[in-house]
This record gives sequence, structure tokens and C-alpha cells, in this order.
Amino acid sequence: MSDISITVRPPVGMITLRGDMTALGKATKKVAACALPPMRMSTASDTGRLMWMSPDELMLVCDHSDADRLVADMTQVLGTAFTTVINVSDARQIFDIKGIDTENLLSKLMPVNFDTFAETEVRRTRMAQIPAAIWREGDRWRVMCFRSVALYAEDVLRNAMPVGA
Amino acid sequence: MSRRLRTGGRLIDRSKPIEFTFDGRILRGYIGDTLASALLADGQIVMGRSFKYHRPRSVVGSGPEEPNALMQIGEGAHFEPNQRATMQPLYDGLVAHSQNAWPSLAFDVGRINDFGSRFLPAGFYYKTFIHPRAFWKHVFEPVIRRAAGLGAAPTEADGDRYEHQYAFCDTLIVGGGIAGLTAALGSAKTGERVILVEQGATWGGRAVVDGATIDGKTAADWVKNAIEELEKKDNVTMINRCEGSGVYDHGYVLCTENLTGHLAAKTGPRERLWRIRVGRVITATGAIERPLSFAGNDVPGVMLASALRDYVVNHGVSMGERTVVVTNNDDAYRTAKVLIEAGLRVPAIIDTRQAVDSTMVKEIKALGVSVHTGRAIAKVHGNAKVTAVSICLQSGDGTVLQEIRCDAVAMSGGWSPVVHLWSHCGGKLWWDEERAMFRPDPDQPPRGADGKGFVITAGMASGALTTAEVLDDAAEAAGIDAPPCESSPEAPILPVWMMPEGADHALRSKMWLDYQNDVKVSDVRLAAQEGFESVEHAKRYTTLGMATDQGKLSNINGLAILAERLDATIPQVGTTTFRPPYTPTTIGTLAGEARGAIFQPLRRTPIHDWNEAHGAFWEPVGQWRRAYCFPQGSETHAEAVSREVKNTRQSLGMLDASTLGKLIVRGPDAGRLMDMLYTNMMSTLKPGRCRYGLMCDENGFLIDDGVVARIDDQTWLCHTTTGGADRIHGWIEDWLQCEWWDWKVHVVNVTEQFAQIAVVGPNARKVLEKLGGMDVSAEALPFMAWTDGRLGDFAVRVFRISFSGELSYEIAVPASQGLALWTALMEAGAEFGATPYGTEALHIMRAEKGFIMIGDETDGTVIPQDLGLDWAISKKKDDYLGKRGQARSEFQKPDRWKLVGLETLDGSALEDGAYAVGEGVNDNGQAIVQGRVTSTYMSPTLDRGIAMGLVERGPDRMGEVIRFTRIGQSPVEARIVDPVFFDREGEKSNV
Amino acid sequence: MLLLTCPNCGLSVEETELAPGGQAHLKRFGPESTDEQFEEYMFLRDNAKGVHFERWRHAYGCGKWFFAARDTSSLQVYGTYCAQTTEPPADILALIAKGRSA
Repeated sequence: MSDISITVRPPVGMITLRGDMTALGKATKKVAACALPPMRMSTASDTGRLMWMSPDELMLVCDHSDADRLVADMTQVLGTAFTTVINVSDARQIFDIKGIDTENLLSKLMPVNFDTFAETEVRRTRMAQIPAAIWREGDRWRVMCFRSVALYAEDVLRNAMPVGA
Repeated sequence: MSRRLRTGGRLIDRSKPIEFTFDGRILRGYIGDTLASALLADGQIVMGRSFKYHRPRSVVGSGPEEPNALMQIGEGAHFEPNQRATMQPLYDGLVAHSQNAWPSLAFDVGRINDFGSRFLPAGFYYKTFIHPRAFWKHVFEPVIRRAAGLGAAPTEADGDRYEHQYAFCDTLIVGGGIAGLTAALGSAKTGERVILVEQGATWGGRAVVDGATIDGKTAADWVKNAIEELEKKDNVTMINRCEGSGVYDHGYVLCTENLTGHLAAKTGPRERLWRIRVGRVITATGAIERPLSFAGNDVPGVMLASALRDYVVNHGVSMGERTVVVTNNDDAYRTAKVLIEAGLRVPAIIDTRQAVDSTMVKEIKALGVSVHTGRAIAKVHGNAKVTAVSICLQSGDGTVLQEIRCDAVAMSGGWSPVVHLWSHCGGKLWWDEERAMFRPDPDQPPRGADGKGFVITAGMASGALTTAEVLDDAAEAAGIDAPPCESSPEAPILPVWMMPEGADHALRSKMWLDYQNDVKVSDVRLAAQEGFESVEHAKRYTTLGMATDQGKLSNINGLAILAERLDATIPQVGTTTFRPPYTPTTIGTLAGEARGAIFQPLRRTPIHDWNEAHGAFWEPVGQWRRAYCFPQGSETHAEAVSREVKNTRQSLGMLDASTLGKLIVRGPDAGRLMDMLYTNMMSTLKPGRCRYGLMCDENGFLIDDGVVARIDDQTWLCHTTTGGADRIHGWIEDWLQCEWWDWKVHVVNVTEQFAQIAVVGPNARKVLEKLGGMDVSAEALPFMAWTDGRLGDFAVRVFRISFSGELSYEIAVPASQGLALWTALMEAGAEFGATPYGTEALHIMRAEKGFIMIGDETDGTVIPQDLGLDWAISKKKDDYLGKRGQARSEFQKPDRWKLVGLETLDGSALEDGAYAVGEGVNDNGQAIVQGRVTSTYMSPTLDRGIAMGLVERGPDRMGEVIRFTRIGQSPVEARIVDPVFFDREGEKSNV
Repeated sequence: MLLLTCPNCGLSVEETELAPGGQAHLKRFGPESTDEQFEEYMFLRDNAKGVHFERWRHAYGCGKWFFAARDTSSLQVYGTYCAQTTEPPADILALIAKGRSA
């Protein structure tokens, strides 16, 4: 009997930030209290979690209702610097996965080595046939995928549940 | 007659008898039996019929190499053909059937092939059945298919579940015998991550059967200790019933774990495919005993010597009461010993070697067994069961010296290391003359991404033979000291590839090499004689090693025969290529979770559920599902589409356009990039305005189109086709990252962020006005303009664009509000009869307007100029992607096929893809074609068929009538017309 | 299945997370080019047996393109490097000369 649970999270705020990382990091520190995360890592504050997505891209996950304000504040702080800040809160879906040996379930769908997964790492990868990102949030794993394939994502996650779960 | 011995059988639990059925008969066995051992115990000697001659066959092996005892297991949705009985654990209620026999296993009419076998030599398919040609399809092939073959194909969809599992380790050890366990113990000590897999249910391999002494303990005790020690280690994962199936580039290994094959009550996935990325692989895969080639070596009762003793030791079952052992090496003497210890008789050991006096041989002789040296088997007597063997000189022509009564023959032609996993990814072999075996060459290993070898062999897989050698080799592989073990020296093997040496054709044509595909010594010799000298050619000509066992028993023997016939050495002939998987893998296992509802991802718009609830008939567009139409009541699809078009043209239609790609292009150099991406000038577009644009690849071919909106000074929003969003996003990123990396532009794909709804028709404006909140008048929001604002409760972006020729607004909202906005618009539009319409109505309306569709009017060979889109190609720009490609001479030819409208004279709709027939025929006698239909519909608006097509010099031939093909009918005449069929001046959209 | 390290995010990932992009270091020839130049750019590829410089996109990861120096026969990877360059970097060429991987 497995105690793993899969929960579809209610909408959260998500902000894509593109541009020079140093400039972006200063803005996120000021506006969201999140320092610039190292490559592939994330930083967190009361406002949200700031995730390293690529060498010129960050994503801030925050409350859904805060997103527009944070975009406006960030855009203002960044001024004329060559950066792009866009509210993409509705483009993705996040799942919570909790329970014993959740990594085993995830490793049925993702070519990810969980033995070397850092505490604050955000891994962008493939989950079955779709792009996905995963990271740890306290005692659980978070899985993020695009909105249009959220049902597929939920189905493959549930399908991978151990027998008896 | 039961062949179960009164005692013995280390794997079976005699206190747990179970029942199973074979060909409908209820039989009994024990927990711990395999299907093969249980059938043998029940006296079911004949277990299958051979592929070509339908000869009765019994089990010859005890492991994955088994070529004969193939069964159909299970029923209905859980039916599996071609399962090896040797690898199938027995469970209560197991249902097995024999295969490739008709009407029954005991009497098979196909056996007639055997009696006429001299007419069915190697390659007979290629020489016979040639004329008359029509006979192949209707006579020969159906008959051959019925006569030949393996198990039946399942009739139901696979009812089992499968899964994949990714894993990572420093060392993967394949094989849980004493070599694998030694390697695991050594690797585990370093603290590295170790995975150990074993194909069978139990650990220890051959050593436990053969009874070695390791570190002062029996092999069984030593194995037990090793398992206990490994189980205590956190860094070691042990998986049994898991086969190492294939080794691939850069240290990627597939292992197949059978999860429920041994269980009566099956829950959860049936098999798990482990996809393991390893630092290194240690293959401790053991070795497989080779049969000997003598006449009648396939008669039921003839078995590999090692298999025979496996059944006695593991399952307490014997093939016979009187077993003749025939060998060219010492190992088979172990079988004699085991049989005698079990109280069975060994009338003779026939040893091809002239003089042998090793410890092992002496020990058996001392037991009173008569050993005939320098002798061979001339012939096995018996039909469905061995009754006797005739003995001759190995060096002679088969003249019979003596006949010995027996009911089983244990044969050993030496051992072949299992080098499959070593070889899958390029590991090389060398021929060890002394041991008569191909062995892995440690200097030429499979190499990984770093250029270093990543596969090491251990134990018998390296070519080690004695227990001491095996342990030494495995310990060295793992970098530890071997446990102390002493093995007495064995006398060397005498390679014997045919028995007797001077056998004539009659004998050779009863010597089987490949049991499963019925390939004999005579066939391989014939192949060589007919010029198929390469081992790969001989293999394909004779089908040697091409059956489901992939020649595990036959390959070495076959190529030795080929070498002999060609007067070449064995290494000169070489081996065929070892390809994964090691044994056949079920397709379900490879598919994993990708079946049924999750076969592939299905993309859904925010309005998907509403569409479904309102009767959408779905059409796949890429991975999206889009509504094709919304049939109501008893409407046909055509009727529904017609209603949707008419209602939209006359009043109001609504389309879920959320699938359209939306890319934000932003930055100081965005305008410059836009001018490169699109054929027309996008940098001059004013903020607040929209422009239709074309994208081409560097060949000049049209790859995507859509409306671009200028958002602000530095920002453009590009709409792509439904299927194009990810592709075009990737395309733009490619140029930005790899060519113009100094340009300051960001591209963000916001396709998923927004729902987009098209409100279309003469009453569209009224609906928006009803919701209120913004000025949507023709003055405030003219055609090809956009604006941000509020509609009712929604913050929206409204585009005045039209793909239908009607007054049309496309409204974008964040996806989470898409359904609410859609519902609000439907309610507001109710008084105008708001009608949701699908992709077919969309297509018809765009075709009525002569708008092209990527994928219909384009097919990767069409440039915009072919489609009369010159107006959308800037003449002012020095460069854009595709400009150089379009300048090529081919595209300047006056006879290019170009876009025109087509109207049949009789008002019917042309067939999709129909060709325009020209005059005469080409050099191949085919009709000359001068064009083809790209889009064709029955227009509800015009009540006649309309079409677009590419026609040679089409625009210059307005009014001309040409003929188009129809399937099964004579061509139909159509007139070349302007492609805009409806509202040529665009008055309806520009109001 | 190939295993390549994305220099943009540091991950060593399997082929299924990547999208191939053909030969690297092609020089684009635009509207002013001759037929020969354009043919070279569009159609003529090295098809080397041996070291090949090729393009990959970390499609299921950071989304960035990178280049790899890989032997098409032995599949040895000498190194991967950033795509914003017109020629293979000196350190990669030195490794190739020595037959060593990065």
C-alpha cells in the first residue's frame, strides 16, 4: 500500500523574466526578496520561489493575485535595460506529489537521477512525452507542465502510482 | 509415465503441488518448477513441432537459449505466444498450449514436409514458387504461412500493463551467478552505486548445480552468504527475474524485469523496462553449452548435458532412465555423475577425444561407467523419443560399431561465453583455439562517450571455465581478491563440429544446427557451395540463427561448418552481428505507459470541456483536439458544417481559436528580426495595427503564416498556425542563438497563456457592445487594428482580424478566464443565434475567400509566389529568410504550377488531391499532369463545389476548362477561375 | 543512446531530452551569394566518418542550442561548447588532436 498522493494545485502566479541575469537578480531581490539563484537552482522568499530556467531566463512562482503587481514593479525597477518580464500565470499547471518514495514514481516517467538532485534544484526535463519541470517544496515534490497537457500529465502520474495506492 | 525422481530438486517445494493445463489436459507440478520441468515430469516429452519440417521436438536446454519448447501461455487478453517453457515459472492455474502443430502435437500433418525434406533445402523459397507470378500472393504465400511459423497472434488487445523505470548507477552487473555476485561484492565495497540483475528467479547460477567449494563452503552456502551481505548494503540494488537485454551507446542499458510471470494472482504491471545509465557494465552472463552435430541430434530425448543435470538437480526430473553421454570435453562427465548419484543409469559415455585421464574422467570411470574414447554417434534411433544410439569412430565415415539402448542422450560440444552484451555496442571477440570459443577481447571493448571502454566481462562470459577461473576473473573485474577456491584441472576440449568426421550427405542432412528454423549441416554446406560465403549471407540464405532464439545454440556450430566447407579458419569466417535484445521483448514493454488514453499527450484548450459538452466532433490538429463541427440532433457532419457556415455568414458564429500560436518578440532589435523572419515589412507596422505575414525557410518555401500585431515600440506579437507554435518558436530561437546572437531580442512563447475566441459575423459587433466596456466601432477599432480594454468583466485584447471574410473580432484573455468569456459571449450572442463552429466551417469560409492554408496549399515545395502572394513579399528589403532561395532559376520558370480557383462545370466538388490531366503520356506511359487540387469543398454559401489548386501557368489561363481525375470515374471538367469566390472587394469584413 | 552535456545548464542529458540540428558552423549565404555559395550553404554537408561538429538543442531542458564535437564512428564526444561561435574552440581542437574527451 502506497501513501503517495497527487494533487492538482490551484492557480499560482508565474512570471517569466528574460535578460541579463545580474540585472534580473537585482530586480527580483528588490521586488520579490529572491536573490539570483545559481545555475539550475532556486531561491525562495515569502513572495515566492525564483527558479533558474536557462542562462538568460528566470521564473518567479508567486501568488496568482500578486503576479500583475510584481510584473509592474519588476518592469519599473528594470527600467530601460534590455529585459522582458511577462505574466505567464495561466500557461502552466503545477502538481504536488507527496509520500514515501515519490522519487521512485517520478523515475518511471523522467530520465532524472534523483541521487544527485540538489535540495534547491529545478530540473527541466521530459515527463513521459511532455516537457516538465520538477523541484522540491518542503516535504513534497512539485511538477510543472504546460496547461494544455495538464490532464495528460495527471493521467501519467496516476498511472505510475504503485499498485494499491 | 512420471519422470519425477523420488528425491532431489533443490528448487521445488514438494509440499506445494499445483495444477496447470497443457493443451487442455490438467497436469501437476510443484512450486519451483518451470513449465518445461513440469511437462518433463509429467512425461510430456514432445513439446513442440519444428518450424519447417514439423518434426517432433522436446526441450533441449534449461534457460533462455531454448529453441524448441515454445509455448502459448495464458488466454484472451493475457495470451502470449512463443514463450520459452524453460523460462516460464509454474504457477497454480497456468494455461499453456503447444504451437505450430495441426491437428495436434502428437500427430501433425505438416510432418509431410520432413519426409519430402530433400525438396525443401536451404533457399528453397528463393528457387521455388517463382512462376506463375500471381500464384505467390494467392496460393504460395497463404499456404506457406499456414504451414510454417510460430505461435498464433493474439486476438485481443494486450490486457496487461507495462512500465518503464529510469535508473542511474556506477556499476551495473548483469548476471547473478558466482561471477556476478563476486563482482557485486567487490564493487559494493567502494561505496559506488551498484545494480545487480539476474534473469532467473534464483541466484548462484551454474556453480550451485555443479557443486563447487568456495571459501571452504559449498557453493550454495557461499551464495547465500553473498546475498545476505549484498542485501545489507544501501548502495546495492538487486533485481531478479530481470534480464540484461541490450547495451547501447554511451553506457545506456535496457533491462527487462518480469514482474508477474511467476504469479497466479497478477496485479500491477506485467513487465518493467529498466532504462539504466551506467558508468560501467560488468557482464557476468555465463556461457551456453553447444550441441553436437550428429544424425538425429534433434530426436526428443537428446538434450544438452548441462540442461539434463539442471533438471535432475533443480527439479528432481530426468529426461530418461538410461542416458548416453556424448561429449568432446570434461564437463559432460558431471552430468554422468549427477545421474548416477540420482540412481539413474549411464550405459556409456562417448568421448570423441582419444585419451583422457583427468581427475573428472577418472572419477566417473571409477563409478563403473564405460567410456568410449575416439568414438562418435553415427545415428540416434527413435522417432518421437530416443530408443538407442549407434556408435562409430569419430575419424571414420559412420560405419556402425555398436548400438546402445537408451532413452536419453546428453550432449556437450563445449561452451560458448554469452558475449551478446559485450558485443551489442561494438566489443570485439577473439577465437581461443584451445578452448574452441569466441572470447571478449579486453583490448577492444565497447567505448563510451569518453572513448574509454565501459563493458567488462566476468567469469564464464570472459571464457573462464573452472570455478576457480571464474572467481579469479570476476574478482579482477571488480578489483578485489578472489575467494579461495580450488578446481582440479580438466582435460582440454577437442573441437568437433561434425560427427563423425567423414559423414556423408545422408547423415549430414539429419544433423540439425538450428533447431528452431530447421537448418541442418547440409544446408550450410549448400549455401557455401552456392556462393554464399560471407557468414552474413549464409545466415540469411539458410536462416541459420534467425529464429526467435537468434542462434544461441547454433551460431558457432554453423559458422564452423561454413569455415570447414570454405577451407577457412573460424576467426576468418567470423560471427554474425549480435544485436539487442538478448531475448525477444514484448512490444508492450517497449511502449511502457504509452497506451490507451495516454498513448500520446492530448492538448486541450481552456474551452475544451465546453466543446465536448456541446457535441464537438473532434479533429486532431497536431496534438491538439479541435472541434471539426458541432452536430445537433440527427444532423450529419456535412449538414452541421453547412449550418455553421450559413449562420456565421448571416448572423453570428464563434470559434475557439486558442490553439493558434502566440509568440512575443521583444527588444531593441525586434523590428530587424521581424523583417528577417517575414517576407513582408514588419518593422514599419504601427503600434495598434495588425498585418498578415508569411514565413519561409531558407529554401524559400512557405512554412507558416499568420497575423502579426505591433504591441509597442519594441514588441511584436506573432500569431502562428495551430501546429506551428513550437516549431516556429524553435526556428526563431535557432536564428537568435546560432546566427544573430548579438541581436537584442527576446522571444517568449505565450501560446498557453491565452485563450482566444473569434466572434464572427454581421452581428459580431453587437455582441461585444452588449458586453460593453470598450469602443469596438469601426472608427475606434478599424479592420486590422487591435486594442487592449475591458469587455464586461474581462480584461481583454481584441484584434479586428478575419479569416472568414466576415466582420470578426478575435479576443484574447488569460487562459483561466477563457471559458468564462466564451460563456459570456455565447449568452450575449444568444439573441443572434450565436453558433459555435468548428474547423471545417473555418476551412470552408477561408476557401470561399481564397485564403490559403499552410499544409493544404503548401507542402514544402511551394513558394509564396506560386500562391499569388507577391503582394506580401517586400521588394524593399535586402534580405529575409528565403529570399535567396526564391531567386533560384527553378522558381522563375514560367510553367510553375500556380494557385487558381477551380469551379466544376456541373457544380460538384472536386476530389481532394485530384490531378489535372494534360494531353498525352510521359516516357513511362503515365498520363501527363498539369496541376492538382489543394483544397476542395462544397460551399454552403454559393451552393456549389469550390476548389483551389496549383495549375501549370494557371493565372494565365483564366476561363480555360481542364479535366481533373476522379477515383473510379472518368475525369470531371472544371474551369480555372479567380481563387476568391466570395465578396471579392472585402466589403463584409471591413465594416 | 547518446549522452551529451549541455554547456548552457551543465546537465548531462540523454538524447531524448535533446533535438538534433545537423552540422554546425555553416556560414549563411544570403541574397547576394552565387549559386555555388548558396548550394554549399543549403545542401552540401560533410558527412564525416570521424569527428563531426554538430548542433543540438536542449529542447526538454533550458531550451538553448549548443554544439558537440563527436566522432560519428566511435561516438566519442570530445566536448560540447557554446553555440555563439563560428568555429570550434581551441581547447576542443586540442582535445581532438590528443584523442581525449573533455
